[in-house]
Amino acid sequence: MSSLKKLTDKTLFLPLFCMILVLLINVIKSPDFFSIAIKNGVLYGRLVDILNRGSEIAILAVGQTLVVAVSAGTDISVGSVMSLSACGCCMMLAGYGVNSTTELAVPMIVGMLFGVLLGGVCGAFNGLLVSKLKIQPMVATLILFTAARAIGLLLCDNQITYIRYEPYKYLGNFIPGIPIPTAIFITIAVIAVISLLLKKTALGLYIQSVGINSRAARISGISSSKICFLCYLICGLCAGIAGIVASSRIYSADSNNIGLNYELDSILAVALGGNSLGGGKFNLAGSIIGAYTIQAITTTLLAMGVSTDQAPVIKAIIVVIIVVVQAPVFKAWMQTRSARRLAARAAETSGKKEMAAK
Amino acid sequence: MEEQVLLTMRDITKTFPGVTALDHAQLTLRKGEVHALMGENGAGKSTIIKCLTGVYERDAGEVCMEGAEGNIWNRSTQDAQNIGIATVYQEINLCPNLSVAENLFVGRQPRTRIHTVDWKTMDQRAQKIMDNLEIHVDVTTTLENCSIAIQQMVAIARAVDMDCKLLILDEPTSSLDDKEVAKLFKLMRTLRDGGVSIVFVTHFLEQVYEICDRITVMRNGRFVGEYSVSELPRVKLVAAMLGKDFDDLASIKPEGRVSVSDEIVLDADHLSHKGTIKPFDFKIHKGEVVGVTGLLGSGRSEMVRCIYGADKAQSGTEQMRGKTLKINSPIDSIKVGMGFLPDDRKADGCIGELSVKENIILALQARSGIFKRIPRARQVEMADHFIDLLKIKTASRETPLNQLSGGNQQKVILARWLCTHPDFLILDEPTRGIDIGTKTEFQRLVLQFAAEGMSIVFISSEIEEMLRTCTRMCVMRDGEKVGEIEGDMTQESVMSAIAGGEKK
Repeated sequence: MSSLKKLTDKTLFLPLFCMILVLLINVIKSPDFFSIAIKNGVLYGRLVDILNRGSEIAILAVGQTLVVAVSAGTDISVGSVMSLSACGCCMMLAGYGVNSTTELAVPMIVGMLFGVLLGGVCGAFNGLLVSKLKIQPMVATLILFTAARAIGLLLCDNQITYIRYEPYKYLGNFIPGIPIPTAIFITIAVIAVISLLLKKTALGLYIQSVGINSRAARISGISSSKICFLCYLICGLCAGIAGIVASSRIYSADSNNIGLNYELDSILAVALGGNSLGGGKFNLAGSIIGAYTIQAITTTLLAMGVSTDQAPVIKAIIVVIIVVVQAPVFKAWMQTRSARRLAARAAETSGKKEMAAK
Repeated sequence: MEEQVLLTMRDITKTFPGVTALDHAQLTLRKGEVHALMGENGAGKSTIIKCLTGVYERDAGEVCMEGAEGNIWNRSTQDAQNIGIATVYQEINLCPNLSVAENLFVGRQPRTRIHTVDWKTMDQRAQKIMDNLEIHVDVTTTLENCSIAIQQMVAIARAVDMDCKLLILDEPTSSLDDKEVAKLFKLMRTLRDGGVSIVFVTHFLEQVYEICDRITVMRNGRFVGEYSVSELPRVKLVAAMLGKDFDDLASIKPEGRVSVSDEIVLDADHLSHKGTIKPFDFKIHKGEVVGVTGLLGSGRSEMVRCIYGADKAQSGTEQMRGKTLKINSPIDSIKVGMGFLPDDRKADGCIGELSVKENIILALQARSGIFKRIPRARQVEMADHFIDLLKIKTASRETPLNQLSGGNQQKVILARWLCTHPDFLILDEPTRGIDIGTKTEFQRLVLQFAAEGMSIVFISSEIEEMLRTCTRMCVMRDGEKVGEIEGDMTQESVMSAIAGGEKK
């Protein structure tokens, strides 16, 4: 009993529980869910697919978690920034105005770094607006939410730029000889870097302090605005990386579709992970679990043959359930209920004892 | 004359994770009396009140009230209100952007025949209520334009108009000046004579003796005793609160103090911050305790905020040990060895959801820089050291700060600065809203640190407290430093200096 309570008290319990629930439904629906096969030298299977496809959301969720924690606001520009970074990367690789190329204009790494850098610039812009000019995060990031996609389109001269160069596809698919999707490695790398940053430096403590009480943090010697800026910068860089991955999957820069609605998924991932959107304390692992939960839901629905038009409805229902289960009000209600039941049981047994004594 | 009992609370027990906040506490109220609830921080005053008003649910115990059947179990403040218990908190729970009348009637506005709000009747009735209570205010003014005292009285008026039999005032006077306190007391007397019982929670002993009929003293969540004010001299009251024979506060100041060294630690020249404080000079020597005195809003806090860099100085220079400082933000001052305990603990001090440990090491971590994370073992060691040294009452070092009582939170913030071993520490109202025992402890600590060579600026609204600790005082008036007093300081000489007497 007490060990169960200890388990349910853990911060990660509910996010994990939700994810397992989603997976369980999958297994019941299709028993071969967990089966992983090797076809053409690469891993195949629903689980691999979820891990692979969930990469972008997971990467975005990492950045989004920091932004939410530090500023009690969300960066709604990440989806558009993904698109911009993809366009920037492809534009560099193909050269301006070229809509399809097999030859790269610059080394691949330069183009990709340029794309990530663009993401960073966007993040810095958002950070500047929020931390220095004290604009509400939602409003500040709304600017790039609308503008970034259009800027991307301008970079690509209003067309979809294709990079028909085999190694460019590696990032979103497989590196020859390695059976695991490359995107999974990228995600692990991003998570590792940020976790190390949080573990080995005082960044985590700073972010939480600023998020809970920025005035007190400032008096205690923390530069609140610098930390806030840094979080937006990291978020932008994450969006840039996610953009490159998404672009590599379709070996092109489809400005209108890359990262579409991803900002919402990333925010949802943070919330599903048990993090308060009111800022302050945060849990990175929770957000990442949240991200994969979302992807698991999407993949499941598509695999079940739910049409892409109706999938959002079912997704919404599942999300509502998960969010309600995690709500403090609901938790408190469950607690009082179980406490009452315990009390009733105790009263019953003592009553029985009295009867027996008589 | 044996008065009628209105409320009895017996054997109230309430536990929080790791702490027993109330242990068989009790409270008895008679009709038409002003009853003081006294105790140190963490004694359980607020908890017992919250158990009564339904903010918390008690674990065990019995509450009986005249006019209500059996054992009352309030589950929400609404329940409490329905049986006539109203509470006015220190932080006023009204809508500052509504008018006085609207605040009085919010949620129960008089309606016209077509069910719209009847503004005219509302204003008239509001004005009548205020006139009856002799509160002179135009009910159509927006609440935020009224003084804090008026706001508090509006809250009380609202409670009274909702037929309350029992009014709980939780530290209502801590943000009021003497005149406003007098007004509030007049209102309380009017209510008492009208048959309302009042529970009055305060830290000010003088006020208890001025207004209260009876006193219930609590200590460590337990009931200590109930006394009639006339039968309990102050010393005994303090002794009851502290649970030990009261050692004379005055004795903590060592006789014939060690003379302050000549070494100037900080020298500020013509510092100013536009709109809050006019240019001032300030010097402090090694091991010196300097007080800053003045009325509320005279620029006391603004002066030290300017020195520390919490508000960036717009003119003037600062030197520390002869070196000119360039202070753009607090981190610059921390790096040269300053510390600053701000007066607004909640807004500027506490990081509520972080643990006691994290709150303690925060400033030191900020000084070491983001890349030099203090190792875990060292953090634990430091937190434990200060919890022990300052006698911080907490369930563990991992407890979130906002679960501690006010005085203990203050100690945690103090620990945050002691961690950094500052040469120059600014304490802005460190003892506000904390109990007398902790106050004495704070004063003792201040003198101890000074003896160890720390220079300290000590600000307090209580002149007595500063007389006990400070060797010199800066006098502030209307955002300006008007003078300094040194040597034989008495309550009178300081008061006359504040008021703008002969000393200049």
